[in-house]
Amino acid sequence: MSDEKKPQERVGVYVCHCGTNIAGVVNVAEVSEWAGREMAKEGVVVARDYKFMCSSLGQELIQKDIKEHGLTRVVVAACSPHLHEKTFRTACNGGGLNPYLCELVSIREQVSWVHTDKSAATEKAKAIVAGGVRRVVHHEPLEPLHVPIHPATLVVGGGIAGIQAALEIAEAGYPVYLVEREPTIGGHMAQFDKTFPTLDCSACILTPKMVDAGNHPNITLLTYSEVEKVDGYVGNFVVTIRKRARSVNEELCTGCGICWEKCPKKVIDDKFEAGLGYRKAVYVPFPQAVPKYPVIDRENCTYYQKGTCKACEKFCPTGAIDFAQEDQVMTVEVGNILLATGWQLFDARKIPNYGYGRLANVFTSLEFERLSNAAGPTGGNIVLRDGKTVPKSVAIVHCVGSRDKNYNNYCSAICCMQSLKFAHLVKEKTGATVYNFYIDIRTPGKGYDEFYQRLIEEGTLFVRGKVAEITDAARNPGEEGKLIVQVEDTLVGKQRRIPVDMVILSAGLEPQPDAKEVAKKFGISCSADGFYIERHPKLDPVATMTEGIYLAGCVQGPKDIPSSVAQGAAAAARIVGKIQQKEIALEPVRATVNQEQCSGCRICNNLCPFNAILFHEDRMVSEVNPALCQGCGTCVAACPAGAISGTGFSNEQILSQIEGLLMLNLSSKEAAAA
Amino acid sequence: MSKPKFAMYWAASCGGCEIAVLNIHEKILDVDANFEVVFWPVAMDAKYKDVEAMEDGSILLTLFNGGIRNDENEHIAKLLRKKSQILVAFGSCACEGCIPGLANFSPIQQVVDTAFSTVSTDNPENVRPQPSYDMPEGTIHIPTLYPVLRTLDQVVDVDYYMPGCPPESHQIAAVIDLVIQVLQGKAQLPPKGSVIGAGGSTVCDECKRKRNEKTIKEFGRIQLMHADPELCLLEQGIPCNGPATRSGCNARCPSAGAQCIGCYGPAEGVVDYGARLVSAFASVIDSNDPAEIDRILDGLVDPAGQFYRFNLAGSLLRAAKPAWKSGD
Repeated sequence: MSDEKKPQERVGVYVCHCGTNIAGVVNVAEVSEWAGREMAKEGVVVARDYKFMCSSLGQELIQKDIKEHGLTRVVVAACSPHLHEKTFRTACNGGGLNPYLCELVSIREQVSWVHTDKSAATEKAKAIVAGGVRRVVHHEPLEPLHVPIHPATLVVGGGIAGIQAALEIAEAGYPVYLVEREPTIGGHMAQFDKTFPTLDCSACILTPKMVDAGNHPNITLLTYSEVEKVDGYVGNFVVTIRKRARSVNEELCTGCGICWEKCPKKVIDDKFEAGLGYRKAVYVPFPQAVPKYPVIDRENCTYYQKGTCKACEKFCPTGAIDFAQEDQVMTVEVGNILLATGWQLFDARKIPNYGYGRLANVFTSLEFERLSNAAGPTGGNIVLRDGKTVPKSVAIVHCVGSRDKNYNNYCSAICCMQSLKFAHLVKEKTGATVYNFYIDIRTPGKGYDEFYQRLIEEGTLFVRGKVAEITDAARNPGEEGKLIVQVEDTLVGKQRRIPVDMVILSAGLEPQPDAKEVAKKFGISCSADGFYIERHPKLDPVATMTEGIYLAGCVQGPKDIPSSVAQGAAAAARIVGKIQQKEIALEPVRATVNQEQCSGCRICNNLCPFNAILFHEDRMVSEVNPALCQGCGTCVAACPAGAISGTGFSNEQILSQIEGLLMLNLSSKEAAAA
Repeated sequence: MSKPKFAMYWAASCGGCEIAVLNIHEKILDVDANFEVVFWPVAMDAKYKDVEAMEDGSILLTLFNGGIRNDENEHIAKLLRKKSQILVAFGSCACEGCIPGLANFSPIQQVVDTAFSTVSTDNPENVRPQPSYDMPEGTIHIPTLYPVLRTLDQVVDVDYYMPGCPPESHQIAAVIDLVIQVLQGKAQLPPKGSVIGAGGSTVCDECKRKRNEKTIKEFGRIQLMHADPELCLLEQGIPCNGPATRSGCNARCPSAGAQCIGCYGPAEGVVDYGARLVSAFASVIDSNDPAEIDRILDGLVDPAGQFYRFNLAGSLLRAAKPAWKSGD
């Protein structure tokens, strides 16, 4: 495999210190000297080490050597290609060398960061450099492919993050498809009462944005709809969307509300009212819903279940009720996709010792939001489950399901502030004694700690300790008829039992139950806990590793409203920037079928995630469409005849790299044998 | 002018390649007409010392079949290399190890023990072969077995490869024709290292069965199924190796209703035949459920035999670790 290529390539090797990131563990000078000496017969004509190869001075070093030493290939041993492949390719390009004749090998992520034995790490770095040198001589000059970007954008999820992004993109003058699974946009924010720390009414700030999104000429609102399939690639996605049948003709419906007034079927609303209230079988989730059209919940509608009723149809003044309506499957073309699919509440039933679902007056945070909301089922009166008793004492338990090895390790980020908000609302509306049970109070946002100070001044009580149990088993007369919060007060250092009338569990934020399937559908990665992984945790928190797919809001990790809005806007700015470039340069990594070697066995035909493979029945050969191919390599690996090869990943390149990696081992064995 | 010299030898092989050569019928007379056969143990009497006495490079064409299993095989391989201008690895054993190469899965001691202790072996004293034995008449020797079987090109430089178990007679005839034409100045030899007497694509290319997009829900054994005679066998769940196997046999087995077992070796450009097939089969398994995938894979009852029957010794792995170790 490693037959000399004629004429022999002139390779430059650059070993980066990365400050002490690499040099702290790997003897970089030894690696570069070794490469210059031992790899000379492999074509290495210059080998250097340098403090920061990615600095402009480091890059100039490469460019200078390309000119002075006539380099035809460059190997940089530094960090992961994710980080700086582009940097060094650009540097080579600047030096007059085709950017794809540069190979970046990682001796940081794959060596210095994962090893402590310095001499072994140095040997491994040499092996990795040797692999890179053996590989790079087989590289070929390539030109990036330019494809146009479709100006439309798909935003999935109509919560505040998705709404914000959709509005920003629409305002910039580009079309947006805003897809929402529920009958209305608004997301969780629509359920909230007040927002922390300013205590402005959630609906008051959200609904104008909902209306804007609903009315915007550039936004196509697709509620009660879900994405079924995503084909294509950045700039040219083709998305299949299922618009579920509302059973209401949107052309005719005026949103007058007579249908849900007349509907005789009451259903517990476990979505919007968090199970505390009722809706009808034909309903809008809340009065300010956007769009204004109701849906018929077919599982609960008497007509669909029993075949009679049709009260809504009878009373509808415009004849908009359409029982025969069917799901509509549509495809749209978009250039970019933003996922803002949000979160779900941690199921507090999973912690049986907190009694949720068993003890009536234990509430979840979302239930409390509805209880406290003036538009909620109690008209904003904070009362016990009986619907009338005002609590005299209330316990708020933080970190329910969060920061807990048994459930979720992560901090849900919003619960401290949410709990403080609850404490304020309870106190303001009922005058009850309020206890906050916390592990740590985390108030890092603007105005957040000031809010905490205000709560302390208001007389809210804080007990530092993780609640062990919530029980109704009284031990003394003072506890009878109460819920007793059993907790170790870690500041006092003793166990306490605090009887209260009501407990609110500040449950954590979790990924949507179908987060993993959705990630697969869009071809992006999920972390172990199910939140989607951003391209870079600090420097690129809105993009994903899949070109053209962006994230905003809690889909990427728990966050509060300001952060969700900021991320939505940031993603929108990125998308608009991409659209304005009009075209995008794609990696020229493509699969090609050698028509001579292909015998049309059709093993590859079904495998391509981008539908880039077509089969010619007449000639009995398969072919890869380079415009659709994304270079993923699936077909290359699958082709039993070895007839498909991927640019940059030829057998020669891969096997040469493996031989290079093993070179040191093999030569030391030979030496031992001699 | 004397005729160019021809030799043929068998190392670790079954003899089928020799029969395949004789199976070219009257064409064999062309061999005799055009060549002087100087060494061909199966067809004529000859002594190794006669070959040793020949001038280096004096044999024009040597067809070498069989893998390198013992020191005798290696000695003759090196000898013939020295004496021959064109050395052809002839047949699957010489090219890639073939059935004898499957012994590379086991330590050599285990191979010997099995061979000398099966139920059909008449060996009451449970003897094992010894490399040398002292008799009143003197010490006698038999060849020493190596821990693993090697292919011809793992031992000596090889000019051409002619795959097949055995090579198809029409292909042998065509190659002999070619060499004769070269001798007559009417044709040119292909570049050194080429595969001759075979096609450039895969068995599927010559297979007439109808093909669709492939998905496999179940693997089955052909003897337990009623296979559709028109449809691609692999699509029916019969693990046919055709997609990865070099063409040249006219898709004999699939045409006769049996799956290709891969005797013509890897297609052009395939580095590791078994690995290629494993990833190809795995790619078309129609399930995303790990338990279901395991169940489907359990339908391949003998993966080593399925994927490496002919090419273990010539694969990237060459042998299992215990076999390598047994040489230490």
